[in-house]
Amino acid sequence: MTRGLTRHFTSRKQTVEAVQGLDLEIGQGELVAFLGPNGAGKSTTLRMLTTLIPPTSGSASVAGHDVVTGQRDVRHAIGFVGQGNGAGHRQLGRDELVSQGRAHGLSRADAHRRAAQLVEDLDLAAVADRKVSSLSGGQRRRLDIAMGLVHLPRVLFLDEPSTGLDPQNRANLQQLIQRLHAESGSTVVLTTHYLEEADALAGRVIVVDHGRVIADDTAARLKSGLGDLVRLGFGSAADAARAAARLERVPDSRVDVDETSVDLRVKDGSTLVGEVLADLAADGVPPTRVEVARPTLDDVFLDLTGRSLREAQSTESPTDESTRTESEVAA
Amino acid sequence: MSTFVSDTLNVMNRELKPVWREPMAVVFAMIQPLVFLGLFAPLLPEMATGGGSALQWFVPGIVAMTALMGASFTGANLMEEMQSGSHERQLVSPLGRPALLVGRALKEVVPMLMQVAIIVAVVTPFSFDLHLGGVLAAAALLSVFSVGVGALSFALALASKGEDWMFWTIQQTLLFPALLTAGVLLPIDGAPRWLEVVSMLNPMTYVVDAARALFAGTWPADVILQGAAGAAIVAAVGLLVGVRAMRRSS
Repeated sequence: MTRGLTRHFTSRKQTVEAVQGLDLEIGQGELVAFLGPNGAGKSTTLRMLTTLIPPTSGSASVAGHDVVTGQRDVRHAIGFVGQGNGAGHRQLGRDELVSQGRAHGLSRADAHRRAAQLVEDLDLAAVADRKVSSLSGGQRRRLDIAMGLVHLPRVLFLDEPSTGLDPQNRANLQQLIQRLHAESGSTVVLTTHYLEEADALAGRVIVVDHGRVIADDTAARLKSGLGDLVRLGFGSAADAARAAARLERVPDSRVDVDETSVDLRVKDGSTLVGEVLADLAADGVPPTRVEVARPTLDDVFLDLTGRSLREAQSTESPTDESTRTESEVAA
Repeated sequence: MSTFVSDTLNVMNRELKPVWREPMAVVFAMIQPLVFLGLFAPLLPEMATGGGSALQWFVPGIVAMTALMGASFTGANLMEEMQSGSHERQLVSPLGRPALLVGRALKEVVPMLMQVAIIVAVVTPFSFDLHLGGVLAAAALLSVFSVGVGALSFALALASKGEDWMFWTIQQTLLFPALLTAGVLLPIDGAPRWLEVVSMLNPMTYVVDAARALFAGTWPADVILQGAAGAAIVAAVGLLVGVRAMRRSS
């Protein structure tokens, strides 16, 4: 059981508040994704929950133990797969699994048995007895995950597990995480800046931006709250304007006109679209093109923050981030 | 068995795995001292070294130099693990912070002893008299010394926070003054007063003096005691500083 209480943040170098007053409660057995752009405070949150850095203020407990006063108990209860490679590059994969098992208090024989089991489970047989530096990115990631699982942790933390993997390996990794979660019943908490990943993997998505939680729900509910996007194309800008005026009457909708195209954002747009088309045809402005898109988590992020996740990713330099948060603090 | 002991053994064991698997790396790491041995020893005039063969005087110094170099480089291994992420993984494991440092520092003894054995084996056919008991006693002193230097090197790696240039600049800046003022390459006798003072303040001086006496098969109690004290001071300071640095590591 992970009970994240209020957690103010940690000063790295100066007073950059990377995580500001987070209140969270995650139940045993959940699979949760922290989604947000780089610098949103996802990793910082994870580093606090895994005892790597203490919170500046507030508190958090993981598996029933406080992350500050019960560090040792927390470390016993959790598995951690960081952004880098947990396995030492000069070591052999199997040796690292055994040493990790020993660190968690397994006997020599148990550690070896568990290592052998994980090697088989995670399809590492061909590479477990090779030097870690000679493994591919995907193989290393699997080895790192195996290391995080050695002691059957109650909570497994994965910090951007799929970063740097090709699409094939990313898909494999997602399947692996889902399988492990289903088999072990452990709580799994991961961070990602890939929408598709959060969408495909997690039962619950916590959207983080500028160190704050801005949404916390299932991916399906986050998206259905936003509604579908119906994009209509017209022969001329005048037709588009006329159609837009007519569409304003659709209840609980949002209409945006861009020259000859009109975006209608509405719940259950895919079922309403037939009615909409008939109505517009009757009004003398039949659309020349129709597209209906289910909302993506990117749309959710855009809706919540006013900018798309990809934008936030590429334009936000760390200095922007810090000045923004500082001005917020001052304000 | 307490957790500190079992954690320390676990860490040491892990650190030794690459040493056992690739023992040649230990030999490569000592090329520099061997080059010094080959090129420097023939230049030493017999009289400067107190009468005996130049090799007899020079070998203990080279052994101490090997210990100092090997142990002071070792932080680079930790640095690599800090950059790759495996240090972070160990910090999240239940391994105690002191064990993470002490286990690593203790491991330094093994490659150091292998190197002493190689140097002694190489020079024994030449004008070098082997006094096995003395060599073993000197090796014990140097083991303590290596643990301290290794711990300091890890502390430096932790303080450098993964910045290679900082680690190497500081390590190189300290390495040669430590070697020279300890009288490893040239005798300090007859040096200017200030240099003598610096030499007297360098704990390695006493370790090297004790190693010279022991390698010559002599057992002057005061010199050996001073050497032991020098090694013990380095070890104590190293472990203290190292454990503190490891506790702060995140």
